Amino acid sequence: MANDSYKDAIAGLSKLLSERADLGSVAASKIKRITAELEAAGYKEFDPIERVKTGFVHFKTEKYDKDPKLYGALAKGQSPKFLVFACSDSRVCPSHILNFQPGEAFMVRNIANMVPPYDQIKHSGAGAAIEYAVVHLKVKNIVVIGHSCCGGIKGLMSFPDDGSSSSTDFIENWVKMCSAAKSKVATKFDGLSFEEQCHNCEKEAVNVSLENLLTYPFVREAVVNGALSLKGAHYDFVNGAFQLWDLDFAISPSIVI
Amino acid sequence: MKQRFLSFKKNKYMKDLELYEKLATGQTPKFMVIACADSRVCPSSVLGFQPGEAFVVRNVANMVPPYENGPTETNAALEFAVNSLKVENILVIGHSRCGGIRALMSMHDDVEPSGLIGSWVSVGMNARVKTKAATHLLNFDQQCKHCEKESVNCSLVNLLSYPWVEEKVRNGELNIHGGYYDFVDCSFEKWTLYKENNLRDESGKVAVKDRAFWF
Repeated sequence: MANDSYKDAIAGLSKLLSERADLGSVAASKIKRITAELEAAGYKEFDPIERVKTGFVHFKTEKYDKDPKLYGALAKGQSPKFLVFACSDSRVCPSHILNFQPGEAFMVRNIANMVPPYDQIKHSGAGAAIEYAVVHLKVKNIVVIGHSCCGGIKGLMSFPDDGSSSSTDFIENWVKMCSAAKSKVATKFDGLSFEEQCHNCEKEAVNVSLENLLTYPFVREAVVNGALSLKGAHYDFVNGAFQLWDLDFAISPSIVI
Repeated sequence: MKQRFLSFKKNKYMKDLELYEKLATGQTPKFMVIACADSRVCPSSVLGFQPGEAFVVRNVANMVPPYENGPTETNAALEFAVNSLKVENILVIGHSRCGGIRALMSMHDDVEPSGLIGSWVSVGMNARVKTKAATHLLNFDQQCKHCEKESVNCSLVNLLSYPWVEEKVRNGELNIHGGYYDFVDCSFEKWTLYKENNLRDESGKVAVKDRAFWF
């Protein structure tokens, strides 16, 4: 509404301007003032292209142009130390919370930071990223980072187990990959509220993903050889806390899977 | 990782508590971004997205499989972004020297793709076919570069195969953009899907507008 009244005011001034040329400078200054007020009040319409452009130009002038050595080396190739699985959630980008710089972390982001078990046909997207990072780039660490208030985990905890009423095309199918985490939470934290159960499930789902990582033959081999370590993490953006843990498992190299 | 997190908490989180308190109650990102998992192309770095601004999927070679292919992590995220978060913009960003595209271009024509990488990047087979047809006189590196952009277009077309995406694009509630980040010369190219009438012509080519090049 306020926006409209501003528009009307500007239209009125423009009309006046066209009728009374001698008032030009007065009207122009008034239009300028009103426009400035509009912008200050946040009425400026969001322009996605302008946002992307500003972001890129800032990156180029403040980062890229200032570190030709780093970007020159990166243009030739990448040798990241980390493979990170993080959630697609707009609030949890690892480049922010862990300050990863270009070249440091090969990064997969999907709903609820889940790692599917090894499967040649299904879920080759996540599998391709793991294969590329471990076999070709030879990363030393895989970190799976869960987070607070995760919509994907809330979905997992809410969808009926028997799959009776699938209300989504793809989401349910994806998050149910970590059903084992849900069952564990249901037994272990039976008395807790739904919210607290979700919070625990965010961490349990990370553990399921770590176990799933071991189903990839090349991951297992690298872990057994001590060339690769697997870590779980949880970022709580409500309290500003970060928890990191090692995969707790007993692995026997003689077992062939 | 500990030092890094503590530095984030001290220099960002604690200095902008208002933002982080607001974000703790919910997210309303304006963008969904689909970018490559490559360590050199994080959209938060290259485009400066701040916490809360962009819902991000990162996979090998920033690919969007078509609706018909069935469930993947990418379309689960797409569904959440479009139907639950109601993002207004989807941006698919390709990039220079992409290992996934190189793998796609290196595949043998008559052999079934091998391994998980081959199986995943064959989602972009149409881009490979188009590239081979258009660039047979160019060298392999140039062909790959062409395919990096063609594959973004292939993903834009595939986005429209999702009924709930197509409907929102038609109604003007959702805009679809393609982007290409070249980290060799640090340039960024972007284009927007043209939403009038024929979203796709018969050959599956997309109509684009507002092409821009920043360098």
